[in-house]
Amino acid sequence: MKVEAKLKEQAAEKTLTTGADVFIRSLVDEDVDTVFGYPGGAVLPIYDALHRAKAPFQHILCRHEQGLIHAAEGYARVTGKPGVVIATSGPGATNLVTGITDAMMDSLPVVIFTGQVATGVIGTDAFQEADVIGITTPITKHNYQVTDVKELPRIVKEAFHIASTGRPGPVVVDIPKNIANEMATGELDKEFYLPGYQPTIKPNPLQIRKLADALSRSKRPLLLSGAGVLFAKASEELKLFAEKYQLPVTTTLLGLGSFPGTNELSLGMAGMHGTYAANMGIYECDLLINIGARFDDRLTGAIKHFAPDAKVAHIDIDPAEIGKNITTNIPVVGDAKEALKALLENEVEVTNHDKWCEKVFSNKSNYPLWYERSNDLISPQWLLEQVYQASKGEAVVTTDVGQHQMWAAQFYQFDRPDRWVTSGGLGTMGFGFPAAIGAQLGKPTELVVSIVGDGGFQMTLQELAVLKQWNLPVKVIIVNNEALGMVRQWQEKFYDERYSETLLSENPDFVKLAESYGIRALKVDNEEDVPALLEDVFSYDGPVVVDCRVVKKDCVYPMVAPGTGNHEMIGVTKTK
Amino acid sequence: MKRIITAAVQNRSGVLNRITGMLSKRAFNIESISVGTSETEGISKMTFVVEISDSQKLEQLTKQLNKQIDVLKVSDITDKAMVARELALIKVGSTGQNRAEIQGVIQPFRASVIDVSKDSLIIQVTGKPDKVDALINLLKPYGIKELTRTGVTAFQRGQQPQPVQEVNTLLI
Repeated sequence: MKVEAKLKEQAAEKTLTTGADVFIRSLVDEDVDTVFGYPGGAVLPIYDALHRAKAPFQHILCRHEQGLIHAAEGYARVTGKPGVVIATSGPGATNLVTGITDAMMDSLPVVIFTGQVATGVIGTDAFQEADVIGITTPITKHNYQVTDVKELPRIVKEAFHIASTGRPGPVVVDIPKNIANEMATGELDKEFYLPGYQPTIKPNPLQIRKLADALSRSKRPLLLSGAGVLFAKASEELKLFAEKYQLPVTTTLLGLGSFPGTNELSLGMAGMHGTYAANMGIYECDLLINIGARFDDRLTGAIKHFAPDAKVAHIDIDPAEIGKNITTNIPVVGDAKEALKALLENEVEVTNHDKWCEKVFSNKSNYPLWYERSNDLISPQWLLEQVYQASKGEAVVTTDVGQHQMWAAQFYQFDRPDRWVTSGGLGTMGFGFPAAIGAQLGKPTELVVSIVGDGGFQMTLQELAVLKQWNLPVKVIIVNNEALGMVRQWQEKFYDERYSETLLSENPDFVKLAESYGIRALKVDNEEDVPALLEDVFSYDGPVVVDCRVVKKDCVYPMVAPGTGNHEMIGVTKTK
Repeated sequence: MKRIITAAVQNRSGVLNRITGMLSKRAFNIESISVGTSETEGISKMTFVVEISDSQKLEQLTKQLNKQIDVLKVSDITDKAMVARELALIKVGSTGQNRAEIQGVIQPFRASVIDVSKDSLIIQVTGKPDKVDALINLLKPYGIKELTRTGVTAFQRGQQPQPVQEVNTLLI
């Protein structure tokens, strides 16, 4: 009887092996535990197979496809594993475009599966048809359209491999509906074949020696650490290297946490809103060792003033980043961890650079980040400091884009890697809140704080429903200045205070709004109430939305004005 | 400066779109591009002629091409011993009287007439781009009715004056 039942089961399994079943099984084979998805016509077979498979992984139904992709990005950023997205054809796929571009710019491993109309009607402007391959080619690391059910397992394997190795990035797999419906009876194609894709992991020892030589001769060395260090999980090696030779370290926006922010060798973030010590360090150093950063324009300022006296060494896994923006003297292609390990193996007689250290660290103490306290509403910078203290610097912090993002980057000190989730390259408003959902799912036991502006939050706040549904204890801190603050700041500084369309006079009542989703919500407009409130919020077991009314016309300082060099920062104040 | 770059690519759907898309996204100026099958099944050969302002941009171009998953190998063969050829078809206005004269003009170029009609001739010429340019200029006075060029396709010669340096090795 038992055998019979088993045979019956096997037979049933056989008859039900459609392309969609093969697809779900391929995801399970990749150890996928969370999928962010939204059903629709073209993915009906896939959702039916998911139903048949009886929840092989958790499926998070966001309320807009943009929410899916940002959540997947947040998940990928904190776990290091690829985020997985399923969306339907046409509008489902096109709604993902912003997030795919965001993942591409910030090198996040995300694998996106989109439905497509049946192969027979592709090209006929069928209902919900969009040229997903055409649209996503420039914004993905790679993309595929499945044309035969037997290649489905191979493509899924290749997609995960490409997304998560080398320089990570998004990969799109477009699955026509008939392929998902087709019976997968024949032999399946499982082994992947990528002769054109072999990222260099081990750096060339010759280049490492050159770098070590340059370091031994340098009188004013500086390390710049980017997100590449995080992807390579090389923070420990970076710390050992910096401490071994007493090298000051600055990070990019996306590299925050790759080196402990409270370490005495840390100069904090460099770039447009970086610290004076970091930017002057870059301006005055004679050897700049960039590890896993891509010399983005928000970091470099005017290129002719960027590290003018320095020999530039650049360690990057993507050879195309080396020499792209900044002329590089010592290129090192390879994984940051491998490169740092190799550097640590080389014993270097360093030139005494105590004087240099004295100078940069006196800059650090003499010209710290500063702000003026308000005696009316809450000072946003102070608020971020309070968030830092109340969460003991241990939270996973996600942000949107704008002033609150820069204040968070400045005033929240990240001592550990993979706790900072922000949209750097693309600068996507609406990123922070859904990214927090993904981050919380990726790190279920950690405190996740989503710091958002009142503008950006309104772009994706429909995902509050997901917080409620899964009871995710994300704490949303709305830094509410009733304005699109950063754009308003630029209008104030560079457009003679002509506040064209940047003041948000008609904001919703965020408390009532969150409550309508069944989520606890609070409003605070007085600094006195903040510490107790944050303590209460952070210890609450469940989601909370806090509407923090901050000073409306505060600006982010210091600042490198557009077109100027990093040494020409404005808004720098010396401590008395 | 004008550079001739060849790339071996996997013959998968969308590969040409992927590459031309990258070139336009990164603001590279392509003068010509030719694609065809190679000696290995499943692998195509592309030849680009690009106008590039400096060596940094050139390095970017080869690196960005290499970065494409479907691209197997990229070589800048401009400075190598090489053969580069293109084919052009030129339709010129011709009445009976000047037909012989045109024949005389094209003969040194080893071009041939491949079609004749009452009032026109189609001339086929193969060779280096400057040779093709020269012939086109000579034929202009007769009235060029239609013109099409394939773009350059190129090979390194079997024997090189010095060992070939692959683009890949420059990166490391």
